Amino acid sequence: MQKIKKIQIRVNGKVKSIPVKYSISDLVKNLNIPIKKVAIEHNQEIVDKKKINRIILKKNDKIEIVHFIGGG
Amino acid sequence: MKNEKLVIAKKKFNSRLIVGTGKYKSMTECAKAIKLSGAEIVTVAVRRVNIIDKNKPLLMDYIDPKKITYLPNTAGCFNSNEALRTLRLAREIGGWKLVKLEVLGDKQNLFPDMIETLKSTEVLAKEGFKVMVYCNDDPLMAKRLENSGADAIMPLAAPIGSGLGIQNKINIKIIRNQTKLPLIIDAGLGQASDATIAMELGCDGVLVNTAIAKAKKPFDMALAFKNAVIAGRQSYLAGRIDKYLYGNASSPKIGIIR
Repeated sequence: MQKIKKIQIRVNGKVKSIPVKYSISDLVKNLNIPIKKVAIEHNQEIVDKKKINRIILKKNDKIEIVHFIGGG
Repeated sequence: MKNEKLVIAKKKFNSRLIVGTGKYKSMTECAKAIKLSGAEIVTVAVRRVNIIDKNKPLLMDYIDPKKITYLPNTAGCFNSNEALRTLRLAREIGGWKLVKLEVLGDKQNLFPDMIETLKSTEVLAKEGFKVMVYCNDDPLMAKRLENSGADAIMPLAAPIGSGLGIQNKINIKIIRNQTKLPLIIDAGLGQASDATIAMELGCDGVLVNTAIAKAKKPFDMALAFKNAVIAGRQSYLAGRIDKYLYGNASSPKIGIIR
């Protein structure tokens, strides 16, 4: 069986291996992220959450996924 | 008194107490304290989602953003770029435009960097944000923030989390007299009476986190702050008496038995 080619990206500062042709939408589903409660940055640019299935991740891409937590 | 509401960026609120959601032992404790405080606005921080522990409780599951207004803050930001990035992300989470800008300048005293704060206020106002600005208690800076498009001026009482209470009443009073914007004391309160003093100086509200969250009994303190803010506001509106250096007897001087 042929091994699926993988690339590395950074999600919230941590290295993650993902298959090629992987979209932000795939990533969000894989991480089980409640999309309505987060905001996503792709290489420091804010991503329109409606378009995440169209954005294919490339090697060394940096993703930030943030949400609200307790604070003063 | 009944219909007298706090108005921020055209939005009306019954409660003049804004509370932070940090430093509580648990989300459950935080949610209950907020309820007891009667606050309708809570500050929240923007942070990375924990992608390893996916079962961590979410703030939104405990405090319903449809019932309580979330006020995203920029806590931990030390320059304008970080603050702008944080608030643009906050807006993206769900359309939040009412935000608390806080750009710190010093890690020890946590005083605001007013130059970075002023720059950020201008940009945010242009981008359509409604900006409530954490600032020092300098009337000149407060004026500049107002001219830059701030929607509320939020001077500190004392360093964040210090519990020292209002250190410079004169400056707060001067800021009160010069601005029509909502004036909210943010940071440094230690006990309920500090909130009363803020309200008696004519502030429109107070923002409290540590004093409630770290009190020995947070629920009781939440309630105490709620009452203190109401009392202070009533006292301010009622109009205090003039101060005299000497005594002024309360009972009539005539008809005293000799």
